[in-house]
Amino acid sequence: MQLPVRENIDKTVRLLVRSTGFLAIAILGGILFMLLWNTMAFFLQIKPLDFITGTQWNPSGDPALYGILPLLVSTSLVTLGAMVIAIPLGIGTAAFLSEYAGSKLKGILKPAIEMLAAVPSVAIGFLGIVLLGPGIAGLTGQSNGLNALNGAVLLAIMALPTIVTVAEDALHGIPDSYKEASYGVGANRWQTLIRVTIPAAAPGILAAVMLGVGRAIGETMTVLMATGNASAFPKGFFHSVRTITATIAIEMGEVPYQTTHYYSLFAIATVLFLFTLIVNMLGEYFVNKYRKYHSA
Amino acid sequence: MTDHPTKLSAHSVNLWFGNKHVLKDVSVTFPRNQITALIGPSGCGKSTLLRCFNRMHDLSPDARITGEFLLDNQNLYDHGISVTQVRRRVGMVFQRANPFPKSIYENINYGLKINHIPKTERQGIIENALKESYIWDEVKDELQKPATRLSGGQQQRLCIARTVALRPEVILMDEPCSALDPLSTLKIEELIVKLKKDYTIVIVTHNMQQAQRIADKTIFMYLGEVVEAGDTKALFEHPQQEMTANYVRGRFG
Ligand SMILES: Nc1ncnc2c1ncn2[C@@H]1O[C@H](COP(=O)(O)OP(=O)(O)OP(=O)(O)O)[C@@H](O)[C@H]1O
Ligand SMILES: [Mg+2]
Repeated sequence: MQLPVRENIDKTVRLLVRSTGFLAIAILGGILFMLLWNTMAFFLQIKPLDFITGTQWNPSGDPALYGILPLLVSTSLVTLGAMVIAIPLGIGTAAFLSEYAGSKLKGILKPAIEMLAAVPSVAIGFLGIVLLGPGIAGLTGQSNGLNALNGAVLLAIMALPTIVTVAEDALHGIPDSYKEASYGVGANRWQTLIRVTIPAAAPGILAAVMLGVGRAIGETMTVLMATGNASAFPKGFFHSVRTITATIAIEMGEVPYQTTHYYSLFAIATVLFLFTLIVNMLGEYFVNKYRKYHSA
Repeated sequence: MTDHPTKLSAHSVNLWFGNKHVLKDVSVTFPRNQITALIGPSGCGKSTLLRCFNRMHDLSPDARITGEFLLDNQNLYDHGISVTQVRRRVGMVFQRANPFPKSIYENINYGLKINHIPKTERQGIIENALKESYIWDEVKDELQKPATRLSGGQQQRLCIARTVALRPEVILMDEPCSALDPLSTLKIEELIVKLKKDYTIVIVTHNMQQAQRIADKTIFMYLGEVVEAGDTKALFEHPQQEMTANYVRGRFG
């Protein structure tokens, strides 16, 4: 009497779980298809070589120019800048939390840092305009501080909670026995941290970094607000830049449907997708490479 | 025992973890170039006592220690003394084999680097330490292999090699054979007996036969106190305390 009912519930649940799984894959596939389809439409009209080597992005000019280089350089500048700031700061903070801070201090600091992740990107972008921008302008003597550096600092702030949390978990998960072995041969805390704990936690730390990079590359609102969005070819950290994400966000709203310009935005979105894909695959590769020392 | 002067000793030691009184007025001595076994039921404080001698408790903020620990009449907890120096002189092999997640070679090389032993000497020291620990023949062709791929017994011998490579004066061993098969256990016992001519050895063990096979002196602990200490043969054959008698004859613990 009871068994059929339970089996029926079991079947229904299984069906439900399976269909949600398929739905997720279908959505993913749909997005990928839409990206590639529209990108193809773009390349039927614009030569790939012009797209890759063109140094100007000016779709509404005459002639319209679709060079992705300035956007690519902008995105790279902002992302690299953010990582240069966030990686050492993030790993340092994680190491401090897990190895040096007492349990009381950690109990306050860690939730505070995690809370930083909940700040909406608009609010962070706002901070860039009213606080960081004038600050940078004052230091450099420029008229405003909306540039690559501003965006990089903000993205670093946004990537930090992820990097700190994931890296701290990785460091914390290293068994005490490794550390004791290190202290046992006469190493001090610093040597143990640098030569044993961090290398042992490398897969987790790399995962943390990759998650941080992923967040920085894909972030739109903050860079849109903080980097000035000048369409000129980016000259450096103290100049206004226009990232791929910002370009899509700015132009998608006003572009006529199914024009070359419309297709071009999908093309740069595909490039962005490739970027994040490569970052993820590199991360995976390094994680596996380090894992070989851990398998018991 | 008269020809073996005391190398390491503890005097009136008390230790608390928070409010928990774990070692109660413990006094012990370990003679030079002898093997001393620490026995007693689980939780009686053997590991805790052992770890005092290379100051491993410095790392746990809730541990509080009083009393005196002497190595060659020098107080191990003196203000002027360097912890890392203490740990180099008093090496430790842990209860569970804990090689670093690095190559076999690097596992020993690490301690040498930390202690500023010149590069030119390291290769020889590593080879020698692996030979002394009877693991050389098994690993000589694959020194770059991850140490975590070794068997449990090989890992434990590697950990012993890591310790002897630094030429400590005392080696503390916390149940080094607890995770091993009888054959690996015998190999390690053989190794320990050979090491005694160069080192002073303290070994924690739950294995009464092992204590009798290798230890010159045995100390029996119960609930954080030393109940009885003496020559191994005497302690096992003519225990002075009833509790010791019950324990070594397997009636409790
Ligand atoms: N870091 C710690 N914090 C709090 N209590 C601890 C800590 N380490 C050990 N203890 C307690 O101290 C007592 C002695 O532990 P210890 O590890 O020294 O026992 P042991 O004799 O080595 O036992 P076993 O034979 O099982 O290894 C136990 O009651 C244990 O719960
Ligand atoms: Mg123990």
